[in-house]
Amino acid sequence: MDISTAVFYLIAIITVGSAAVVAFSPNIIYSAFSLLGTFAGVAGLYVFLGADFVAGVQVLIYVGGILVLILFAVMLTHRITDVEITNRAAGRIPGLLIVAVFLVLLVQSIRETPWVRVKEVAHQPTTARIGDLFLENYLLPFELASLVLLAAMIGAVVLSRKEIKD
Amino acid sequence: MVFSPNELTSYLIIGAVLFSLGLLCVLTRRNAISVLMGVELILNSANINYVAFSHFGSGNLDGQIYAMFVIMLAAAEAAVGLAIVLAIFQLFHTIDVEAAQTLKE
Repeated sequence: MDISTAVFYLIAIITVGSAAVVAFSPNIIYSAFSLLGTFAGVAGLYVFLGADFVAGVQVLIYVGGILVLILFAVMLTHRITDVEITNRAAGRIPGLLIVAVFLVLLVQSIRETPWVRVKEVAHQPTTARIGDLFLENYLLPFELASLVLLAAMIGAVVLSRKEIKD
Repeated sequence: MVFSPNELTSYLIIGAVLFSLGLLCVLTRRNAISVLMGVELILNSANINYVAFSHFGSGNLDGQIYAMFVIMLAAAEAAVGLAIVLAIFQLFHTIDVEAAQTLKE
């Protein structure tokens, strides 16, 4: 087993393991922090797939933005002493059963489908081509994305402000 | 089937496992923030599939572009979702999704 395969195994184990902690941990702080391992592991998988820019975006937005936002919300909505009882799960056995059946079906269909591979793609820098695509083929979605982000920002401010009653 | 970095199926299986764990989070958790964490796991698994198909299937960058749009929408979703959670917390003093049952005060 060469070194890149070993690193791939390590990243896969980190990703899936921390996702399992997110799903099963009784403590919400542990859940929130192990989300970090999942996001970083997924960024590592992107590097293996030759998507360097997406990996950078993943680290910047997920680890730097969304994770901090989630931790903020956890800290704002809990008294820290209550933390053990606030992350309870209901209906775990039927949920596990449904998800296990679903996972078996997914893996079975992934293994049985004959995937076509066009060619061996060499790893090369993608940032310039992604920039070209954003300003040519995907110009309209790109501009709409800025509108969506503006709407989300205003919506978040309106929703989370203190209600002033007169 | 071998589980190696040069196989499409290994990435798809990692994505499937992440999706299942996220689905489990959404189905069983009663804490609204944990439900949002499950949604983030599901979006990440979809992104892995997008980038993997872009690398192994077509060879062009369209899948990576879609993955970036999904990341953008996940950021917007997290901001609005957590704002809603904070509003629910101010109103009900809990973020248990079963406790918040009324539509209006």
